[in-house]
Amino acid sequence: MSKRPAYYHFLGCIIPHRYPSIEKATKLVFNDLGIDLLDMVGASCCPAPGVFGSFDRVTWATIAARNLTIAEQGGHPITTGCNGCFASLWDSNHELKEDEELRAAVNRNLADIGREFKGTIEVTHYLDVLHDVVGTQKVKEHVTRPLNGVRMALHPGCHWMRPKLVKKKDDSERPHIFREICETSGAKYVHYKDELICCGAGGAVRTADLKTSLDFTKQKFDSIAAAGGADVIVTPCPFCLLQLDTGQVEIQKLFGVEYKFDIMHVSELLALAFGHEPDEFGLANHLQYSQRKTEPNWERLNLRAKAKATA
Amino acid sequence: MLVRTLRCPNLTIVEERPPVDVDEVDLEFIEMIKKAGGPNIQSCYQCGTCSGSCPAGARTNYLVRGIIRKALLGLKNEVITAPELWYCTTCYMCTDRCPQDVKPTDVIKAIRNVAVAEGHMLKSHQDTAKKVMESGHAVPLDKDTWSELRKKSGLEPLPPNGSSSPKVAQEIRKIAKKSGFDKLIGYTEEPPAAEKKEK
Repeated sequence: MSKRPAYYHFLGCIIPHRYPSIEKATKLVFNDLGIDLLDMVGASCCPAPGVFGSFDRVTWATIAARNLTIAEQGGHPITTGCNGCFASLWDSNHELKEDEELRAAVNRNLADIGREFKGTIEVTHYLDVLHDVVGTQKVKEHVTRPLNGVRMALHPGCHWMRPKLVKKKDDSERPHIFREICETSGAKYVHYKDELICCGAGGAVRTADLKTSLDFTKQKFDSIAAAGGADVIVTPCPFCLLQLDTGQVEIQKLFGVEYKFDIMHVSELLALAFGHEPDEFGLANHLQYSQRKTEPNWERLNLRAKAKATA
Repeated sequence: MLVRTLRCPNLTIVEERPPVDVDEVDLEFIEMIKKAGGPNIQSCYQCGTCSGSCPAGARTNYLVRGIIRKALLGLKNEVITAPELWYCTTCYMCTDRCPQDVKPTDVIKAIRNVAVAEGHMLKSHQDTAKKVMESGHAVPLDKDTWSELRKKSGLEPLPPNGSSSPKVAQEIRKIAKKSGFDKLIGYTEEPPAAEKKEK
C-alpha cells in the first residue's frame, strides 16, 4: 500500500478568519478520503492576486514566494481551497520558474529574511486533489447522504481555471471538472446564463467600489432566478462565497432587493454528502445568517433542522 | 488627427476630445506594455472581444479595448490616471477570449503597477495593504468574535498562520521595506496605535 498523500494546507485569510466552517469541513472531507493536511505554520496572506498583483508585482511575488518556501522546506506540495490564494501561489510559482529576472528580484528581497525560492514544490487547489488524485468515482463512493432533490447552482469563479492557456485546468468556456465534483453529492445541477461571470469581488474592486462589485453579484442572482431558482449556490472559493453570502445582506441595503440563497463551499457540500452533520463544522455560522438572524433553509437543503442556530 | 467633431444625434454620442499631443508619447511605457501583453499585442486589431466579454465594462465606463489602444500609443498619463482602471476584477474573461492571444488582464495589472508607483492609489487600497503589513493578512483575525466563530466550528481559536505568530508580519514588513512597497502605501513602521475600527 502506498502511503497517504500529504499536503500543506494553505488557509489564506477568509477561510480561517471569516468562514472557519470551510476549514473544518475540509478537514473532515480530506480525512474521510485518506489525505493528510499538514499545518502550514508561519503562512501569511497569499497575498491577494488582484490586489497586491495590481499594486506591485515584485512585492506580490516575494510575499507569495515566502509562503512557497515554507512548503519547500517541508518538502510537500500545497493545497488550498481559495481561488485567490491558488492564483497567487500557483502563478508566482509558475512565473518564478519561468522568469529569471523576477526570480532574481524576489530572491534578493527574500535574502533579507533568510529565505530563498527554489522552485521545488507544486501548488494545487482542493479541486485538483479531488479530481486528479482522489478521482470523482472515489469521492462518490464516500457519499452516504446524497442531496437528492436539492437544486444546485454553481459559481466556479475565475482564478482556478483562468487564464486557460497558462493554467491548463479546464475549458474555461465550458468547464466540467468543478461540476462533476459537485454532482457527486447527488444534488441536481442547475444551469444559468451567467454561471461563468465573475462574482464581482476580485481585482480590488470590492474594496474600491462595493456597490459596483455587488452589481455583478446581483446579475448572477437574477440569472439564477431566471433559470428557475436554486436551493444552494456552490463555489470553490471563499472570497466568492463571502461576496455571494454577505453580499445578499449588502445588496438588500444598497439596492433594496432581497435574495435568500444558501451558499456553500464545495468542501461543505461534500462534508454534508459524506454524512457529516451541519453542526460538526458550523454551516449555520455563515455570516449572512448571523447578520440577518436567520439560519440555513434546512428543509430546502433536505437536512433535518438538527443544527441549532448559533447566531 | 484624433479630434472628433462628428455629431450623429441618432447614433452613439461622440464627445469632442482634444487632439493627442505626440510629445506626450512615452516610449518606455510602450515597451513595458508590449512585454506585459505578450508577443501578439501589436497584432491587436481592436476587434473589441475583450470589452464585449468584460463584466466590468457592462456596467461602468471601463473599456479594455480603449485602454490597450491608448497604452500602445504611449499615452501613459492618460491611462494611469483614469479612475476606471480600477474596475477590472481580473476575471481573465478577455484574456481567454482574445482571438490574438493578447493578455489584456496582465496589461491592466501592469498599468496599475505604474499608476501605484507614480502615486495614484486609492486610500482604501492602501489600507488593505497596511493590514498585511500589520497582521500578515489582508483579512485579519482582528476581533474576538472571529476566534469565537472558529471555536463554534470546532477549531482552535487561532489558526497556525500570521494570527498566531507576530514573526510572520515582521517578515512581511522587512520584505516591504526592502522592495520599497512600504513607501508606496504610506506605511511607517510605528507600533500600530490602537487603530480600532468598529466593523
